[in-house]
Amino acid sequence: MSTIAHDHPAGLGDPHAHDDHAHHPTGITRWLTTTNHKDIGTMYLWFSFTMFLVGGTMAMVIRAELFQPGLQIVDPEFFNSMTTLHGLIMVFGAIMPAAVGFANWQIPLMIGAPDMAFARMNNWSFWLLPPAAMLLVISLFVPGGAASGGWTLYPPLTIQTGMGMDLTIFAIHILGASSIMGSINIITTILNLRAPGMTLMRMPLFCWTWLITAYLLIAVMPVLAGAVTMLLTDRHFGTTFFNAAGGGDPVLFQHVFWFFGHPEVYIIILPAFGIVSQIIPAFSRKPLFGYASMVYATAGIAILSFIVWAHHMFTTGMPTAGLLFFMYATMLIAVPTGVKVFNWLATMWRGSMTFEAPMLFAIGFLFLFTLGGFTGLILSVMPVDVQMQDTYYVVAHFHYVMVAGSLFAFFGGAYYWIPKWSGTMYNETLAKVHFWSSLISFNVAFFPMHFLGLAGMPRRIPDYAQQFADWNMVSSIGAFWFGASQLLFLHSMIQCARGNGSKAPARPWEGANTLEWTVPSPAPYHTFETPPHVH
Amino acid sequence: MTLPAFIARPRLLLTSLAMALAVFSAPAWAIPDWNFQTPVTPIARQMYDLHLYIFWICVAIFVIVFAVMFYSLWRHRKSVDHKAAHFHESTVVEIVWTVIPFLILLFMAFPATKTILAMKDTSAPGLTIKVTGNQWSWGYDYLQEGFGYYSTLSTPTAQIENRAPKGEHYLLEVDSPLVVPVDTKVRVLLTASDVLHAWWVPALGVKQDAIPGFVRDTWFKAETVGTYRGQCAELCGKGHGFMPIVVEVKSKEDFAKWVEEHKAKTQAAGADPNKVWDLKDLVVTGERIYASNCAACHQANGKGVPGSYPALDGSKIVRGPKAAQIQIVLHGKPGTAMPPWSQLSDLDIASVITYTRNGLGSNKTGEAVQPAEVLAARK
Repeated sequence: MSTIAHDHPAGLGDPHAHDDHAHHPTGITRWLTTTNHKDIGTMYLWFSFTMFLVGGTMAMVIRAELFQPGLQIVDPEFFNSMTTLHGLIMVFGAIMPAAVGFANWQIPLMIGAPDMAFARMNNWSFWLLPPAAMLLVISLFVPGGAASGGWTLYPPLTIQTGMGMDLTIFAIHILGASSIMGSINIITTILNLRAPGMTLMRMPLFCWTWLITAYLLIAVMPVLAGAVTMLLTDRHFGTTFFNAAGGGDPVLFQHVFWFFGHPEVYIIILPAFGIVSQIIPAFSRKPLFGYASMVYATAGIAILSFIVWAHHMFTTGMPTAGLLFFMYATMLIAVPTGVKVFNWLATMWRGSMTFEAPMLFAIGFLFLFTLGGFTGLILSVMPVDVQMQDTYYVVAHFHYVMVAGSLFAFFGGAYYWIPKWSGTMYNETLAKVHFWSSLISFNVAFFPMHFLGLAGMPRRIPDYAQQFADWNMVSSIGAFWFGASQLLFLHSMIQCARGNGSKAPARPWEGANTLEWTVPSPAPYHTFETPPHVH
Repeated sequence: MTLPAFIARPRLLLTSLAMALAVFSAPAWAIPDWNFQTPVTPIARQMYDLHLYIFWICVAIFVIVFAVMFYSLWRHRKSVDHKAAHFHESTVVEIVWTVIPFLILLFMAFPATKTILAMKDTSAPGLTIKVTGNQWSWGYDYLQEGFGYYSTLSTPTAQIENRAPKGEHYLLEVDSPLVVPVDTKVRVLLTASDVLHAWWVPALGVKQDAIPGFVRDTWFKAETVGTYRGQCAELCGKGHGFMPIVVEVKSKEDFAKWVEEHKAKTQAAGADPNKVWDLKDLVVTGERIYASNCAACHQANGKGVPGSYPALDGSKIVRGPKAAQIQIVLHGKPGTAMPPWSQLSDLDIASVITYTRNGLGSNKTGEAVQPAEVLAARK
């Protein structure tokens, strides 16, 4: 912040007239040393898309092996590494950093702050990510291969494997540190740097969902760090936290992991809820319905997320009281989630809708996320879950909420804000092709997985019985198609970044009325040095 | 801009759809399954019905909610000149759509609770079997009858590696299935010797994790004679996809007969522990036991997997004193993936060790290990 004050002595008048001659280094040093929330947001977003392509390539390997029964392309050990790394990279490398990228760009712009509260820490929390990602990727090439115990890292299996597992543990430590710093930054920014008149209950909903997400992160990332540290000491220093022979319990790890893991799924989805809550009112030309109840529902989901973790462990053999408690608590989550869906529908109801790419992705999100929510409800019913636990039904369920949920919302957000970020409109036709292609191929890839799970196909197997052959082939075709579709998005974003396209006005969306649309497009390097007044 | 052919000519689209359908329903392709496998126990049937009941409730809500959305998408568009309303709050509406879903949940929770209570009642079993998950086989012990055996995948490697056509029960077939009587409450005690596994047979409505160092229990009561197949449902390493479960449900008479035969066989094997076997006979039996129990890690040629599983061909232990190798096979090697194999009979262990010392790769010690030596080492 002192840098900003130095670059722009007070009293220059118009808060965003002098961005082009900001004194920042150029070339690589600019990006290494930047403390600017927009630069850092951009880096987060490019980083996450890169990791999305890396994790996506692994998904292609998985689907290629599963195209037909029999072992064709990779051996089972490597297959397990692929499923493990695909999960870890997509969760920690693609989705979470993307959400932080949106937060970096948008939160200061939406609350009228000049930058994030801790600008230097912001730089560090980003630059921790590439080394962590490298550890994950390098682990593929060490003796014994990469971690292959699934992204859930259950011992004792993860005690058996080679040093790839240790690299994964360190990567998780670093990613966790990055997330915690990012969260502290976001909380402090939201609580302290709001413009005059921007009361908490006037904030755009995106800021609210991120505020709650940040608290979730601070609460659970240390828990994950603890769990993987215990794994590390079990592996190398003779402790027996998870080894019954030494008085430990393998199931303890699952409790600790899922105490992190369940709030984690809301960490992944809440920022997406926030983005959708910005897009739907903008393209319905109508204010968000039930703003206050949306805030309460988000908080309700966050609180409930701490008391449902053992629904991931229904088959470990819990006492009856435990099963009933976790089943009831899990079913309850459907209530606040339902409130959110109904509010979005009520926002659209009697609006004046147009269907540009951001809105299409938001509607796609709404439809498919709700479908994933329903399969989640079905899974929460313990006796039914017994037949579905660790099958492809679960794989289908969480891809509906994470891909068609979070990822679609992020695509929508990217199209929505790219005019502001780059100053260039994206190509609408291409974006629509991207949407429809993604929507259809996503369902071709993942809908059949429900059938596979129901029919009895376990997840994380490199080869399968003959009766699963048809749907696996369909699913693989959909997955390749979905993967290829994402190159359209890459192309669109590169075009915008290069300025190839029509110039974006300050407010390209008629119904959008949050603060970021009051600054020019592209947003100047420094904005809101003099706070705006919100009425 | 030219439209893709199937948009310009709808009939082409229909034809291609029909062709696609024909491909899927052609006899060469199995008809895809859409639902749970046919249940054969009371609990599995409750799960099946409960799933459909909740599924249809969800479908109904989904259809209603999204009918509203699509109506709105259709009617409330700017392109049809719909003017936006400005309402954005209603406490009554919020309360209504909080309370109604809550009430619907009660209707789901009630039958689910009843099923859970029934599932957890493992009392008064007619037969108790201990199931042990191993990397990568299942051990079955008939506790009252006093015998036990391993059950491993019997699909030939050639089928997995696409060198032979795949059989009807590809990857879902084993050398010795679990055998249980019909209409009998079978209590299953589960544990594991190395990592987590999960014993899952969909038609029986049973899935229970097997946890090393702990015993968990579950039960089933099959009502129909037949063969039911399932798989390990908890990632347990590279052989996770290759440790199926096959349960043969026999009539009570057939089961009693099977138990007698099995007891006799076990007794015959242990009848004369001091019998001295010929090296050649031991090698022949040993090769079979090696293939079903050892080859998954140490490989059929005994070369192992560098970095993960040690080679037996040329191994100092296999070529060294017999006693050390007998110890490792019987008790496993703590801290590694090598589990104890004490559940195998003395003859089986003697045979497989003899085979590794005399038939595997270039090993040629010329020494036979006799069942008596294994028996002595157990003490």
